[in-house]
Amino acid sequence: MHHKILIYDGTFQGLLTCIFQIYEEKLSDYSIHPEGYNQTDFFANKELVITDLEKSGRVLKRFKEYTSKKAVHRIYRAFLSEIPGVEIQIVEFFRHIFRHKTDLSDDFSYPPILKIAQIDRKVGREKHRMEAFIRFELLKDDIFFTKIAPDFNVLPLILKHFKNRYADQKWIIYDEKRQFGLFYDLKKVVPISLNFENNSKKDPNILHEDEINFQKLWKSYFDSSNIKSRKNTKLHLQHVPKRYWKYLTEKTIIM
Amino acid sequence: MNFDRIKEKLEILADAAKYDVSCSSSGSNRKNTKNGLGDSSGMGICHSYTEDGRCVSLLKILLTNHCIFDCAYCVTRRSNDIKRAAFKVQEVVDLTINFYRRNYIEGLFLSSGIFKDADYTMERLIKVAKKLREEENFNGYIHLKSIPGASDELMREAGLYADRLSVNIEVPTVSGLKLLAPEKKHEDFIKPMEKVKNEIIQFKQEKKFIKSTPKYAPAGQSTQMIVGATGESDRDIMYSANYYYQQYNMKRVYYSGYVPISSDPRLPTITSQVPMLRENRLYQTDWLLRFYGFDIRELLNNHHPNLDLDIDPKLSWALRNQHLFPVNINTADKMMLARVPGLGMRSVYKILQARKYRKLNWEHLKAIGVALNRAKYFIICDSRLWEKKDWTANQIKSKIIKTSSSKFRKDYSTQLNLFDHAS
Ligand code: SF4
Repeated sequence: MHHKILIYDGTFQGLLTCIFQIYEEKLSDYSIHPEGYNQTDFFANKELVITDLEKSGRVLKRFKEYTSKKAVHRIYRAFLSEIPGVEIQIVEFFRHIFRHKTDLSDDFSYPPILKIAQIDRKVGREKHRMEAFIRFELLKDDIFFTKIAPDFNVLPLILKHFKNRYADQKWIIYDEKRQFGLFYDLKKVVPISLNFENNSKKDPNILHEDEINFQKLWKSYFDSSNIKSRKNTKLHLQHVPKRYWKYLTEKTIIM
Repeated sequence: MNFDRIKEKLEILADAAKYDVSCSSSGSNRKNTKNGLGDSSGMGICHSYTEDGRCVSLLKILLTNHCIFDCAYCVTRRSNDIKRAAFKVQEVVDLTINFYRRNYIEGLFLSSGIFKDADYTMERLIKVAKKLREEENFNGYIHLKSIPGASDELMREAGLYADRLSVNIEVPTVSGLKLLAPEKKHEDFIKPMEKVKNEIIQFKQEKKFIKSTPKYAPAGQSTQMIVGATGESDRDIMYSANYYYQQYNMKRVYYSGYVPISSDPRLPTITSQVPMLRENRLYQTDWLLRFYGFDIRELLNNHHPNLDLDIDPKLSWALRNQHLFPVNINTADKMMLARVPGLGMRSVYKILQARKYRKLNWEHLKAIGVALNRAKYFIICDSRLWEKKDWTANQIKSKIIKTSSSKFRKDYSTQLNLFDHAS
């Protein structure tokens, strides 16, 4: 059979629809890519898969019959990694379960399952880092605001954490890389997209009058809590890799 | 708020508080209620790390560094010539709330020098916590220091607002305490600890029958010991840690390598190094006690009063007990697997899961992430190839050291020299 390239819309349901189709058409030689995937193989047999909630629901339902919530969660988080090729690993995971009709989701000696577990851990780590390293700035209109650019698409995963924690303040977390954000308006969280005019520079006029003062206090707290005779740069960098420094108020120079 | 003045106080009072190494903000179960601020029901989060690699999770400050005592090992001691400052209750509340809202911290760790007397000081600490809970509807984490000698009534009240309470033993032996803090009595440390322990038990009992029983110090108690200030052995330290775990249901004991802060002849000289490697070995030992099912007497005893610095305590134990190995990966029980050098609890869990489906061989173990360079001398698996040779403990040790790169290697060589001089 000819190699088939399935193109889906980048959603989890879309991927599950692909799995449905793989079974329906008994495909054996295929690859899966999200929209926007460029490759110049004109002869490949490309097909756009339209996300179908009924089909994706059936795939998931069947998977859940054999496995657990935990397994679904692990797969979903690995999916959010957006790592090229993760789709195929996920499909193999599903097929392994469907083939054996039993919960093998902890069978780490099966490579795709181990791989998914490893990616899941990476995504989990990034989620955790965002929960830790996000620094809100208070704006004039009483919204606590932050921009992030996480390695993986963790916004859907951190929503609950921030909603529970900051239930009595308005906040926005904006993913610059993926150009969408979450806005909590004291009642519910809604997705938003923003237009930044001069993207790179922060406009100090939009900050609350005390904001810079609190940033300075935090920075001096951070500096004072260091014990010089214990300095251990390697350990420090292991915990806070340099690429995260841009988030951290304590690591930036405040004018 | 007068930001300049607050900044000055913050610098002094954070600097004085930094020698308390505890920064844990986990173990509580306080949920956000009534749409208030904060939640400490999850695992604690480290929001930053100091340049020495320690977790920053709480705003850790002293209420004041005025103190009537003169403990030799403490920067805040009254004879020390330093700047003194004191926060107002409301200032600490404002700082905590503003830092928390910006996602800088998980909560507050408030300690204090003892001004006037123990009760007067404890009362002020409680006031801060009470204000945070009742006026600010704050559900973040609060760790209060139990002031040695504070009354039972105050300790009872403190637990109603705090998630965790701690008294630092600091000096692990009674004789050491006499030498370095002669004005302080051992009983003064024990009394609040005992009270808090009993209250925790009692509140838990009541909770079983009356659901509306309030929380009392849900994250329990902890304590800290200074390492390397009084010439104590690792055995002294860990036996006393073990005692506090058992006797007072401590959630955590912290070990803090002595940072030289004084030229007092009773203490190591001002130029001596912080014993970081030793501190690390003590934490590993602590870990083995709490999670790996070891008994302290297996790790430290009269024949073996100090931990090895060049290898970790589990490997050291395994080399002293070679008759228990090799362990069969495919059949050994969980606790025995946990005793194999190179196998952490995560690997143990993965092995237990994976071996349900097939017999595991070296390839499987490698894929799972087992540190085979250590483990291979102590295990057999589904393969004919294994270290059949009867290596002696010393041979295994040097082979393992050669193949592993210790993050402390450099420190180790300099500190080893230090120890040679000392002995
Ligand atoms: S009582 Fe506490 S603060 Fe005062 S000198 Fe002793 S250890 Fe330091």
